[in-house]
Amino acid sequence: MRIARSFALAAAMSALLAGAAVAQESDADKDWSTVRIGTEGAYPPFNFLDASGELKGFDVDIAKALCDQMKVECTFVTQDWDGMIPALQNGNFDAIVASMSITPEREEQIAFTNKYYNTPPAIAVPKDSEITEATDAALTGKQIGAQVSTTHARAAAALFPDAEIRQYPTAEEYKLDIENGRLDAVMDDVVVLDEWVKSDAGACCKILGTLPADPQIYGKGVGVGLRKGDDKLKEMFNQAIVAIREDGTYKKIQDKYFDFDVYGADPAAQ
Amino acid sequence: MSGNTPALAIPAPPRQKLKIGGIVAISIWIVIAVAFVIYFVGAFDITLIERFGWSYLSGLWVTVSLVALSFVFGAIVSLPVALGRMATNPIASGAAFAFVYFFRGTPLIAQIFLVYYGFGEFHRFFETIGLWWFFREAWYCGLFSLALNTAAYQAEILRGAIESVPKGQWEGGRSLGLSRTVIFFKVVLPQALIVALRPYANEIILMIKASAIVAIITVYDLFGETRQAYSRTYDFQTYVWAALLYLAIVEALRHATNWAERRLTVHLKR
Repeated sequence: MRIARSFALAAAMSALLAGAAVAQESDADKDWSTVRIGTEGAYPPFNFLDASGELKGFDVDIAKALCDQMKVECTFVTQDWDGMIPALQNGNFDAIVASMSITPEREEQIAFTNKYYNTPPAIAVPKDSEITEATDAALTGKQIGAQVSTTHARAAAALFPDAEIRQYPTAEEYKLDIENGRLDAVMDDVVVLDEWVKSDAGACCKILGTLPADPQIYGKGVGVGLRKGDDKLKEMFNQAIVAIREDGTYKKIQDKYFDFDVYGADPAAQ
Repeated sequence: MSGNTPALAIPAPPRQKLKIGGIVAISIWIVIAVAFVIYFVGAFDITLIERFGWSYLSGLWVTVSLVALSFVFGAIVSLPVALGRMATNPIASGAAFAFVYFFRGTPLIAQIFLVYYGFGEFHRFFETIGLWWFFREAWYCGLFSLALNTAAYQAEILRGAIESVPKGQWEGGRSLGLSRTVIFFKVVLPQALIVALRPYANEIILMIKASAIVAIITVYDLFGETRQAYSRTYDFQTYVWAALLYLAIVEALRHATNWAERRLTVHLKR
């Protein structure tokens, strides 16, 4: 009797759990006056914490501009990269603005806005390296570093099957490891590597070249990640991206960080 | 109020209360277990095993070999440390105390970072003294840190066990004209190991779980492979598999300890 009751309770609870997991609430009735934005804070120049612990970077400035445009109050939450998508799904924040590429695998989990930038991947090697080209033959048996769970780590494995791919929790660690001589090459966004090799910390290394971005892996560029079902918020972000592109805010932010166009080709043409 | 209630009836009410509490507790556990089984059966996806099965097995092998080797090396290091802890010589006991104090008093994650990235900063020095081949490899760095860490704990287990052997055993050995070394290895140590067996098993179990942090220095142990699988699928069951595999290792160890205890104490049984 008691056991039967316990089981009934268990079944009820499981149903509840299952229901919660499946439920995909729409945000149609939600008033988005505040939006919490998740970012990593360890991926300069896109998002990083400065010496005083303040969030800075292209992603952060773009997010602030988008929020101004949408007339919403934004707060930032820093979150480790490999927990980013679960944290969004669990509601720890409402939007990911962390240089996240819009890939098919991620699109199964979350929704994305249109892209807000798209830059190619690149490979960097130590300055005295004998590697002269970014091909599988040239990198056979070499150790290539990349950040864990990124498009770059996947692309490195796909492009250089005969190299050993080593994956690090953040970009800082693979940079440290190539400086220490453990890695023969590192792969990441060209902008990230470029900023690093120009800094004192990256004095060890040079950029070997950029690589073509396989759309199967890299998807459609970098977008704002949102929960599926938050269609209203997605529409707000998409309109805001168009608006800051048109009114020159985007260009102003871009020029602060880069001396070239990071937006890439018009999405309509892709 | 005065004594017509039989004394035996008095304990009954509190026992009733306990029963209800117990039923509630068990119901909660049953609910959790049933919800878990329902979740796991519902979420079970055979294609994931096809995709990640081999990487889980290789991760399992890395975890088991890493823990086994570092436990053995730790045991070898722990012997002089334990003897140092018991020594009357202030230099030996001071050095042994400092070793144990440092490795038990600081987090393993800090020790691993210190060895991997910290020693990496001095790679020119290690190249000069011819040890860079060792510290260059993440796997060796993990082995090195885990072995030293467990050596500190094992030294304390061993010291306690040796000190638990009655002094009379030493005196008896001496009266038979045995040398101190012979008494230690043939008389005292075997008896001490009976006392140490359970704490040793405990230490291995703790190490198996602690070893999961080598994933952050790019060693793909069971946990590292799990994070890979999770980052590709965002499916929570990848972590459930890892938990079940860790449970299986610990369960196997538990049986091995029981067997070893029966074997070691066979002379004490009637």
